[in-house]
Amino acid sequence: MNWYRFLVVFPLGYLALFLIYPLVSILIRSFGYQGETTISPFTYIMGDSYYLTRIWFTIWQAAVSTFLSLIVGLPIAYLFARFEFPGKTILKALSTVPFVMPTIVVAIGLVSLLGPSGILNTTAMNLFNLDNPPIRISNSLTMIFIAHAFYNYAIIVRIVSTFAGNLDQNVEETARMLGASSWRSFYHVTLPLLFPAIASAALLAFAFSFTSFGVVLVLGGSKFATIEVSIYELTTKLFQLPLAGALAIVQLIFTYLFLLLYTKLQERMTVIVGLKPNESAAKKPKTWTEKMFVGSSVLLIILVLSPLISLVIRLFYVGDTHTPSHVANLFSNHRGSFFYLSPIQIMWNSIRFAFTTVIISLVMGTIVAYFLAKPNGGRSSYFDAMFMLPLGVTAITLGFGYIITFNHGILDLRGSSIILVVAHSLIAYPFVIRSILPILRSINPNLKEVSYMLGASQLSVFRHIDMPIIGRGILVGAIFAFAISMGEFGASLILLRPENTTMPVAIFQFLGKPGESNLVNALAMSGLLMALVTTIFIAIERFRFRGLGSF
Amino acid sequence: MKNKISVVVIIFMVLLTSVNCGNEIRELVVISNDSFDISEEVIKEFEEANNAIVIIQKAGSSGEILTRAILERGNPSGDLIYGIDNTYLTRALDENIFIQYESPMLKNVPEKFLLDDTHHVTPVDYGYVNLNYDKAFLEKADLLPPTTLEELTQNRWKGKLVVENPNTSSTGLAFLIATVSYFGENDDYDYLDFWDDLKANDVVVKDSWSDAYYTDFSHYGGDRPLIISYATSPAAEVFYSEGKYDVPPTGNVLIDKATFLQIEGIAILKGSKNVGLAQKFIDFTLDTKFQEDIPGRMFVYSVNQEASLPDFFKFAEVPSEPANISSDMISQNRDKWINEWTEIVLR
Repeated sequence: MNWYRFLVVFPLGYLALFLIYPLVSILIRSFGYQGETTISPFTYIMGDSYYLTRIWFTIWQAAVSTFLSLIVGLPIAYLFARFEFPGKTILKALSTVPFVMPTIVVAIGLVSLLGPSGILNTTAMNLFNLDNPPIRISNSLTMIFIAHAFYNYAIIVRIVSTFAGNLDQNVEETARMLGASSWRSFYHVTLPLLFPAIASAALLAFAFSFTSFGVVLVLGGSKFATIEVSIYELTTKLFQLPLAGALAIVQLIFTYLFLLLYTKLQERMTVIVGLKPNESAAKKPKTWTEKMFVGSSVLLIILVLSPLISLVIRLFYVGDTHTPSHVANLFSNHRGSFFYLSPIQIMWNSIRFAFTTVIISLVMGTIVAYFLAKPNGGRSSYFDAMFMLPLGVTAITLGFGYIITFNHGILDLRGSSIILVVAHSLIAYPFVIRSILPILRSINPNLKEVSYMLGASQLSVFRHIDMPIIGRGILVGAIFAFAISMGEFGASLILLRPENTTMPVAIFQFLGKPGESNLVNALAMSGLLMALVTTIFIAIERFRFRGLGSF
Repeated sequence: MKNKISVVVIIFMVLLTSVNCGNEIRELVVISNDSFDISEEVIKEFEEANNAIVIIQKAGSSGEILTRAILERGNPSGDLIYGIDNTYLTRALDENIFIQYESPMLKNVPEKFLLDDTHHVTPVDYGYVNLNYDKAFLEKADLLPPTTLEELTQNRWKGKLVVENPNTSSTGLAFLIATVSYFGENDDYDYLDFWDDLKANDVVVKDSWSDAYYTDFSHYGGDRPLIISYATSPAAEVFYSEGKYDVPPTGNVLIDKATFLQIEGIAILKGSKNVGLAQKFIDFTLDTKFQEDIPGRMFVYSVNQEASLPDFFKFAEVPSEPANISSDMISQNRDKWINEWTEIVLR
């Protein structure tokens, strides 16, 4: 009956080849560097208050960031799950865009908004006749938290709204009928039902904040370093490889333990509910309270998107009236550079890599989710945590692992875009798992039992029962995988042929030189990226399998 | 449903084949740092003259590409590596990853730019890491650019400087070395005291030049009017302004001995299968055509004294007295200086 669970061999093999093998290789090489195979790097770390402080800092800033993402994300998730209003489709697509933007671009956006000569400060100074900018949060923890919330709230929104949209509202309505106030029914009925999705989303947000690299450095500065940053700094000073390796392992262990804690909790707290295939009809707001909620949530979204809005404004401001010609410059190699690539070519590169990433991540993620969904006598939580491990692996460690393992014979993948897609899919498939698994676990098993009893084949049950219910989860997973691939930028680790340049890499390259036209080029390319992903998000959402129920 | 699935499968197959697995054509591969830039027609000239295809792969900062080259020892991803500079030179040489080559074109290169006398790394260009300032900001704040480095520790410059992290940025490392040369190591007031005072004066440290320049430098919306950048950056601001600026909006703070002369070079990697062609390429990089192209592309100076500079370089100021510190000193002490600096500034 469970033959399909053996399909898990494929994701396992993929992980073994592309994650475990290079990781183990680089770690062995790290500890063996310069002939020292001792355990002393660990004792060094544990004894050095500097690293202990960094570890602690990494943990608590991730916790605060997750909390902020939840505060921003939950109301918006509820908005999209329960309400219908004009412009919802576009707003929903736009709200996920932050997730995709490269760090330096977001930093520029935040500076344009909140910097000393940014929009808010100049407006305030003009309005109130001030001499000095009132908002001074450059290079502070505040900026880092704002950026993390900006990036990660979309995770909360997507996962929770999808799950909430599938919830059978009858349960809540019954509670209301029995006399509970709307607050009580929300707090005692809806929230517990939503717990698996909220926990899933929070976990992912935490993982991203925990391993945050660019945000912390660009917006805070070198003094705010996380473990990930330390590993990076140590790795590039080769004689420190043993220490870097030790830190990487520490990060991995922390991640695994944390994931384990999470999965054990998940198992206990999942409630089986009646999940309906139809999106419980998102309604137009009727009562005054509902309208207020919708209005303020939409404002919240616009608030969160404000750095991106200020980026677009900046594009037109920096270029003055020349912006249109600057943008046109993007499309021609008017300086005759050897490295020039037309934006169309760059966009196509980004798209084809992203699409391939989506397919691989969806297949892997779905197989693993199925494998984990059947309770396994408590063992599945260990597997769950293991499959989620890529979230805790340091990018540079893995990158150097690829350099030393995939460099000979058949496996010489240097310069090939395969490694790029592999790396993206490794980061993306945990998102697919977390999008699908809560839904899978919440499907009422009776539903399937009855179908089997009535003579349906396994494939038939999958098509007609599972797919309609998890279909939206799959779509969310696809959106994440796509977003991650479009925004991911590990240029220094992955040796790409210049003709395979992607959009984030192109943006980064523009910002490698001083000068306003370089900034304008970077901003223009960022604008293209925003427009492109918004369009594709909308397209993915509207993708429907015939006969799989309406969403 | 069947139709949609098959469409998806077909698209997937097409995309899979377009995710290429590397070419089989004979080619010359140069691994370069991110700041490399050159004109298409210059490379074309080499390609046509030698019946080859040149692939230039940008692979990160100077430090990152060196780490990669060391990890790939004997089995490099490319034939040549461009971006080894005089701060990292000795670490590169110690690792024994280059093939020696003394180019005949070196006859046009003055002694002081001869990066490596063992001829494993051939110099190609040089630049000056230098303090830049935002003219508009200083004017508005009624401040004159500093005339000594010590001034930076005074109250009026509090919170006005951004520097790069020498752990991760070659720009930052260059400036650090300049401060060692300027203040000395064992004097009453040595470079560590200086950095200690800078830290007390609210200096911001960023990991990369791009971060510092585009988010902290006041010219681009940040709150810091002083930044460690390159002596040619103000000229670049004019060049890349599409006619908006006639004079540079930013300027150089020219303090003797507070500037670092950074020389960059190219080397042939051990394990290359195209050594002859690689040697020809090195000769080509020292030739006039290449050397006259790079100033306008990378905002560096060419080592070949026969090569002429582009027009807008009139805005580029050459520091009269860069920091005087030998390569040997750098190689012996670099890691120590970085560690001590980190101890004082980041911990």
